[in-house]
Amino acid sequence: MDVAVRELSYAQAIQEAMAIAMEQDERVFLMGEDIGVYGGAFQVTGDLVERFGSERVMDTPISELGGAGVAVGAALTGLRPIFEFQFSDFATLAMEQIVNQAAKMRFMLGGEVSVPVVMRFPAGSGTGAAAQHSQSLEAWLGHVPGLKVIQPATPHDVKGMLLAAVADPDPVMIFEHKLLYKMKGPVPEGHYTVPIGKADVRRQGRDLTIVATSIMVHKALEAAAALQAEGIDIEVIDLRTVRPMDKQTIIDSVKKTSRLLCVYEAVKTLGIGAEVSAAVAESDAFDYLDAPIVRLGGAEIPIPYNPELEKATVPQVPDIVAAARDLAKGKR
Amino acid sequence: MATARKAANNEAAQPNLPFAFRKYTAEQLREVLHKMYLIRRFEEGAEDAYMRGLIHGTMHLSIGQEASAMGICMPLTDQDQITSTHRGHGHCIAKGADVKRMFAEFFGKTTGYCKGRGGSMHIADVTKGNLGANGIVAGGIPIAVGAALAAKKLRTGKVAVSFFGDGANNEGAFHEALNMAAVWKLPVIFVCENNGYGMSTSTERSTAVKNIADRAGAYAMPGVIVDGNNFSEVAEAANAAVERARAGEGPTLIESKTYRYRGHSKSDRNRYRTKEEIEDWMANRDPIALFEAELKEFGIIDDAGIEAVREAVKKEIADGIEFAKDSPSPEIRDLENYVYTEVA
Repeated sequence: MDVAVRELSYAQAIQEAMAIAMEQDERVFLMGEDIGVYGGAFQVTGDLVERFGSERVMDTPISELGGAGVAVGAALTGLRPIFEFQFSDFATLAMEQIVNQAAKMRFMLGGEVSVPVVMRFPAGSGTGAAAQHSQSLEAWLGHVPGLKVIQPATPHDVKGMLLAAVADPDPVMIFEHKLLYKMKGPVPEGHYTVPIGKADVRRQGRDLTIVATSIMVHKALEAAAALQAEGIDIEVIDLRTVRPMDKQTIIDSVKKTSRLLCVYEAVKTLGIGAEVSAAVAESDAFDYLDAPIVRLGGAEIPIPYNPELEKATVPQVPDIVAAARDLAKGKR
Repeated sequence: MATARKAANNEAAQPNLPFAFRKYTAEQLREVLHKMYLIRRFEEGAEDAYMRGLIHGTMHLSIGQEASAMGICMPLTDQDQITSTHRGHGHCIAKGADVKRMFAEFFGKTTGYCKGRGGSMHIADVTKGNLGANGIVAGGIPIAVGAALAAKKLRTGKVAVSFFGDGANNEGAFHEALNMAAVWKLPVIFVCENNGYGMSTSTERSTAVKNIADRAGAYAMPGVIVDGNNFSEVAEAANAAVERARAGEGPTLIESKTYRYRGHSKSDRNRYRTKEEIEDWMANRDPIALFEAELKEFGIIDDAGIEAVREAVKKEIADGIEFAKDSPSPEIRDLENYVYTEVA
């Protein structure tokens, strides 16, 4: 059967996934701040309230902790809530319910319950919103057993992974980079899923592996295209899932290329790059390494307001090009 | 049906009887006494087992608060759901749990309600609608609101009850949850068991309002104060709140004023209250003694009957502890079970 594939933006793909989920399952509903007639701070829910009504596209008060708790309770008792945080930074207000309740409830109760809640987090810098509206906190939540944490990078993947998240019996946290919302890409119509826990090799290459997350996947692909002209052949892996991490895909790639560069927007220290590096260092791929592993991450500062400073805080294409070139040419 | 007819008869015959004695049959009332004893002896049994090193960790005992747990749970069905607190053993028993499996949980055994993964602070019995005690003060309050939202959306007719202590009323989660429950008119009952102290800090020192029930006004819901050591009074407020919730009229905040005899947890040196205060509550306001006196006054039970209840409970507790001792411990190889849902 041929499935029509259209160009949709990342935000449209999310909206379509939520609409399909609600059409297919009466238990699915949306909760969040200003997601109704306003359409969400980033217009992700858009006009869904007109189609599904305010009972299923529920505006909440500005109560992140309480709202997250209500979503957890509803998930625990038979519903399938999708809870939108207006900004991922506001997860800090709801950490109690996410970390102590949603993540642990199944375990604490000996497997007697599950918490099929989906939480969506608009994340990342580049919008000039400064330090409290621009963070990348996925590694925080990735550190918590009981949660699944994903970072889809394309419209295709965000639709498929969101539908996988809604069907998942456990809590799934989706980090959506805000600069991706307007990015367009091919998206099949109808229902499909992209598995949680599987990385994707976006570009095959022989000389160097770049493991990137979210928006950095696109920057890494751009850098790889630029370096092709210099005869450097780069493999780009889109990690897609932070927890559970697909270490095997990374290990297999490094065995082939013998060089590893990790690129992610979050603060470099104690982040995803460390985990990816350790996965390689602890595996038999270690013996294949021809050079030290390199990490490119965010600077050790809050996200600044000034646009030039903001850009300089997180890896940009020229940074990736320079780091990959040095690594491939043995300058490190 | 028999219950209703008898209650009606009672009401006609003796309009001045306390609520519970009009509402419930003699048999039901004797069962309440049985459960109140079961809670108290369970707590004592758990404490004793802890002292003897059979239970590790810590625990928070609810001795002195039995009438509150029983009164609130009386109008609830097994389908109605509760969220409970770190001081949650009594709620669990009042909601219908089997003390065997509770002891087994405390002993960390696979036969426990949480297969030994939760212990005292996460005791739960989802088959009876107990969604779990909670180690985080106020953690269960928004969760109960979520359960009430599910009940409303799925039209199940269930109500949700959130038990919490006076300490929780100063947590943000309390305020956020009450507000949302009122805005959405959800079938939920907030039960603050005010035992006077959040750990060592008295409500006078922690809370700006005199009564926690006063805070209901800020969320446009009824705030009801009851003597938490008087079973009938608690049950009356609970019945009214459950009726209101089932009728779709929204939430209620009940403040059940009570007292815990034991310290906050096992590390408590009781330096923040006087011996006289504790002794006064034990001697003059004990919920079981008060209820027993009423039962006798209204001819529901005699001394021999009370003795029979005590003996029955003693045996249940002993059997529960034996069951827990004899149960298997979890295998280390199963350490990582239950973190995620196993996919077939």
